[in-house]
Amino acid sequence: MQTILLYIVLLLLATAFLFPLLWMIVSSFKNEAQIFADLRSFKAFVPTSFSLENYHQVFARIPFLHYVWTSVLYVTLIMLFGLLVNALAAYAFARMKFKGRDVLFAIVVALIIVPFESILLPLYIVVDEFGWLNSYTGLIVPFIANAFNIFMFRQFFLNLPRELEESARIDGASTLRIFFQIVVPVSKPVFTTVGILTFITHWGDFMWPLIMTTDDRVRPLQVGMQFFFHQPPVQYGQVMAALTMATLPLLIVFIFFQRYIIQGIAQSGMKN
Amino acid sequence: MKQKKKRTGRSRFMRSLPGYVFSAPALILLFVFLLLPALMALYYSFTNYYLLLPDQTKFIGTENYVRLLEDKLFLRSLGNTFLFVGLVVPLQAITALMLALLVNQKLRGIRWFRAAFIAPVMTSMVVVSILWTFIYNPTNGLANAVLDIVGLGPFEYLTSPTQAMPSIVLMSVWQGAGYQMMIFLAGLQDIPEHLYEAASIDGASTWQKFLHITLPGLRNVIVFVALITLIAATKLFIQPFVMTQGGPLDATKTLVYMVYEEGFKFRDVGYSSAIAIVFFVIVLVISIVQRKLVKETQES
Repeated sequence: MQTILLYIVLLLLATAFLFPLLWMIVSSFKNEAQIFADLRSFKAFVPTSFSLENYHQVFARIPFLHYVWTSVLYVTLIMLFGLLVNALAAYAFARMKFKGRDVLFAIVVALIIVPFESILLPLYIVVDEFGWLNSYTGLIVPFIANAFNIFMFRQFFLNLPRELEESARIDGASTLRIFFQIVVPVSKPVFTTVGILTFITHWGDFMWPLIMTTDDRVRPLQVGMQFFFHQPPVQYGQVMAALTMATLPLLIVFIFFQRYIIQGIAQSGMKN
Repeated sequence: MKQKKKRTGRSRFMRSLPGYVFSAPALILLFVFLLLPALMALYYSFTNYYLLLPDQTKFIGTENYVRLLEDKLFLRSLGNTFLFVGLVVPLQAITALMLALLVNQKLRGIRWFRAAFIAPVMTSMVVVSILWTFIYNPTNGLANAVLDIVGLGPFEYLTSPTQAMPSIVLMSVWQGAGYQMMIFLAGLQDIPEHLYEAASIDGASTWQKFLHITLPGLRNVIVFVALITLIAATKLFIQPFVMTQGGPLDATKTLVYMVYEEGFKFRDVGYSSAIAIVFFVIVLVISIVQRKLVKETQES
């Protein structure tokens, strides 16, 4: 009895959480008149008609696939370079002795607090000085190093047994080789966590690409969609088609990697 | 003697070298793209730097900060930010905790329910904001259509100065609750099962177990979740930017919105920087409170 009640509550809540997304997907296949006609009944959530016209229109009106490509490319590069650079620094802070190490690490930890929003304008000026406005470089380079990720990596490396590296050192392996051939392989969990978190964060980036890019050539998906949304004539169905295409692939990836993503987010939360 | 000293000096540097090499890329990037801009923001906030007239930049002391105190729009934005924070933090945390308790049961298909609550988190804030602008449309929106069926409404949502912020709050809770649910879930799974078993033997009710085992066991997690939400909430920008452009009648202007507007629309770098610094100080205070609270809970 209690189980049935629980299922009813869960089902109601799940419906509440899913109905906006369901409406979005279903509406993307309807024409404008149909969307509004279905609004006042449960038909709003039922595919009463099926047409790909909205999707055709999206591709005709904006370079949608290019936006997706831009986003995938720059977010992946931030993630890959970030994993390398931050893990190397964290390894130095965890395992190497060098002058000024503790002071430098204290500064890195202090920098975790600085919110991006408070440095927006000076960062824009710096990137402009480098001549990187409207470029992939300007989208990627400022976000490779990440103080919090260095902190996460260091926590993990500190907990690795030292014997792991010592036997390799006796065998005469170089530090770089020890890092890549011994430390990295046993650190897959932390690399996965940091990688996923980096990807999710930057996939949702909006403010920086909004002010930094003025050209469709380097404009990522989020910014491109916002411009499409405000570009007359606003057609519900077409915008819904664009939103669906921007969301469905991520939702599908999420369903497959659910366990890792949940673990990753939970871990980053617990570590603090 | 001299030579010897030089040699040990060099060899000490040589021993330090790998550490420098490994950490240099990250440190240089952090310096150029985080520390330097932060210092620049602080400096600009004491100048009249105007993006189109960089040559006329002068040090003007605390003038920008004095101007802030008299700027009705700034005070409004500050108030709006606090209003959003005050509403969204408790609402979202309580929703997330309820969801976490619900999905922390061993039930068939529970994975799918979890996925349903996390689905909005996987949807970017821009997508969510655009979608909900349609949902909130007073005449052609889903929200009023659904409420009409149960005889409620119609509401004006984003077009009413009193309803706009609560509407953004509701949407933000819907989008973000799943994220905190995941953190609560991990916290719940860390509470030892035997505590509940012992309580059951003693005849404790579900409510008593929640009050005396679950809540104390989650204390650190609750503090953590509340504070990350607090910090995230003070950064409110995308929702008002996409949905209301700060309107109606500045009802959804926020601190970060003003940083953006003063800086990039009006090109007043000095003034925008002063707002950015005020924003930073607020985040800093929250972070210091967080550290204190976490320390206290760890010690007790």
